Amino acid sequence: MSILVNKNTRLICQGFTGAHGTFHSEQAIAYGTNLVGGVTPKKGGQIHLEKPVFNTVSEAVEKTQANATMIYVPAKFATSAIIEAIENEIPLIVCITEGIPVLDMIKVKEKLAKSKSRLIGPNCPGIITPEECKIGIMPGNIHKKGSCGIVSRSGTLTYEAVAQTTECEIGQSTVIGIGGDPINGTSFIDCLELFLKDEQTKSILMIGEIGGSAEEEASEFIKSSKIKKPIVGFVAGVTAPPGKRMGHAGAIISGGKGNAGDKIEKMKSCGIIIAESPAQIGQTLYNKLAR
Amino acid sequence: MNIHEHQAKEILKKFDISVPNGAVLFSLEEIDQNFKKLKTGKIVLKAQIHAGGRGKAGGIKIVNGIEELKKEAKNLFGKKLITQQTGPQGKEIKRLYIEETCDIAKEFYLSCLIDRSSSKIAFISSAAGGVNIEEVAKNNPEKIVTVKMNLSGLVNKKDIEKIVRPFVLSEKSQKQAFSLIQSIYEVLIKKDANLIEINPLILTKDDNLLCLDAKINFDDNALYRHPDILSLKDFNEEDPIETEAGKHGLAYIKLDGKIGCMVNGAGLAMATMDIIKLYGSEPANFLDVGGGASKEKVSAGFKIILSDKSVKGILINIFGGIMKCDVLAQGVVDAAKDINLSIPLVVRLAGTNVELGKEILKKSKLKIISADNLADAAKKIVEGTK
Repeated sequence: MSILVNKNTRLICQGFTGAHGTFHSEQAIAYGTNLVGGVTPKKGGQIHLEKPVFNTVSEAVEKTQANATMIYVPAKFATSAIIEAIENEIPLIVCITEGIPVLDMIKVKEKLAKSKSRLIGPNCPGIITPEECKIGIMPGNIHKKGSCGIVSRSGTLTYEAVAQTTECEIGQSTVIGIGGDPINGTSFIDCLELFLKDEQTKSILMIGEIGGSAEEEASEFIKSSKIKKPIVGFVAGVTAPPGKRMGHAGAIISGGKGNAGDKIEKMKSCGIIIAESPAQIGQTLYNKLAR
Repeated sequence: MNIHEHQAKEILKKFDISVPNGAVLFSLEEIDQNFKKLKTGKIVLKAQIHAGGRGKAGGIKIVNGIEELKKEAKNLFGKKLITQQTGPQGKEIKRLYIEETCDIAKEFYLSCLIDRSSSKIAFISSAAGGVNIEEVAKNNPEKIVTVKMNLSGLVNKKDIEKIVRPFVLSEKSQKQAFSLIQSIYEVLIKKDANLIEINPLILTKDDNLLCLDAKINFDDNALYRHPDILSLKDFNEEDPIETEAGKHGLAYIKLDGKIGCMVNGAGLAMATMDIIKLYGSEPANFLDVGGGASKEKVSAGFKIILSDKSVKGILINIFGGIMKCDVLAQGVVDAAKDINLSIPLVVRLAGTNVELGKEILKKSKLKIISADNLADAAKKIVEGTK
């Protein structure tokens, strides 16, 4: 097993015929993902990458029985794309788009709370279950089917962790990038809960960064969880100055809160093993499992 | 994006929120005509910079009459104000704000913000106003009231009652507080603000509520739908190199070390800074080149990093996903030749087309030090810049 996506996932792409949608849909198909079609308004009826194009999500769901969607539309239109997917009850929505206003995300969160959908992202690399289903912009070839569940706020730093766990032969059950925005659809806790319950997942890697308090809340959750699994963590931004937004909209130390040192202390105190160096994430996990 | 106090008060006024009468000054010549607009003889002179702690640093003066105003304004214009939030380099005062004084009976704290962990709008209020709220939160958390709410047209009555309870107001000022809360909420929603902070909110001796200071921070992601807010940006408050980097699609932040770095992705860029420190040196900057790094982007990155004269070596760390390592390597080689790079350069490539990329670096005959992994890269650049 894995979490959220597998070889039975039926995926559509919103923003299918655009440059990003096309490139990453091609990559997803090449990886073996079951991409069943896509949505681009006013282009319904066309065939793109040998798959049908629909005008609306509603039509796409009706014709393809899609149960997941990936969104590659510009920030200005991404909120309505997410809401369209929620209204059509797609169980899993993955939004890669960066730059969605935070108030729009509050609106989306309120709709999500009353819906059957889960949103991953925005501003994230996506989700992958190795050798089964790739939804997002991550390079597929660095992954290897295995036993570690990875959840991260970052993109390329996640690839780093993935490559390290592949190198030391642990491999990954599922890898989720929850995104670098202040408010995201799926949290660390949501993913940890799923990983803890998943049989294939024997260990967990959690990669955080400065800003907000998601790592602290996740640590409390880990501490109180009845199911225990080895968890290794890393927090980026030990050297980041306060008051500066470090690339990600959510990566900012403000009002003395959200710095890496406090997060690391909290994680340690709740039983998470900390990798001190970003080059040692895989090795730290390997050592923990070998003990 | 941050704005000045006088701009924030201008916005509040448009939403019928009470602020003292005031006028902004960009030069000494503007004093005479603006002084006439104020009705009190005693006035407050406030330095306009994007940082808190101005009062303690000498950036706020109470003056009597126009002669004293002119004297103090002359002192402040062009002065570097160093507050606890500006850092040791301080910020040059380029504009001043003059305001009518009032008789203060009580000082409160009020803010409205986006609460990340609950994904709601939150109001924070306290009877302990005019002081650093973070210290109050730390030492006397019981003096702070936080009320969280969903998005809706209006704040409901029960929530407002909770928010204003610590102020203990009369019937008259309570009524003002109710409309103040609604209006502040409206500003946050309509203008896509992340934070609106009124510290202090005061109760005057004649029982009126007035916003004595105002700070607003806006959501950068939403600025595309608020050209009026975007036009308030003061480029004197921005780091010119960071602004220049932004024009090339690069996210750059200057730091104090000697190793420049160029990385794809914000998380990996921070991790690269961290590992430089772990190996005993300090990073000179944060630089995220983003998704597609062309020769032009890499060149711009090099120039921006090198504009910092304390940089003694550069580490490029790329984990290719969408970005192919061979394309990046060619960009690095061309850019390094173009600008005649003369300091040590360590390049670590991983991911898509990594072998092709390494081959291009090797064939270039440039003195590029290739690294196999993140640890190797950090070690080599730290040793190379000793």
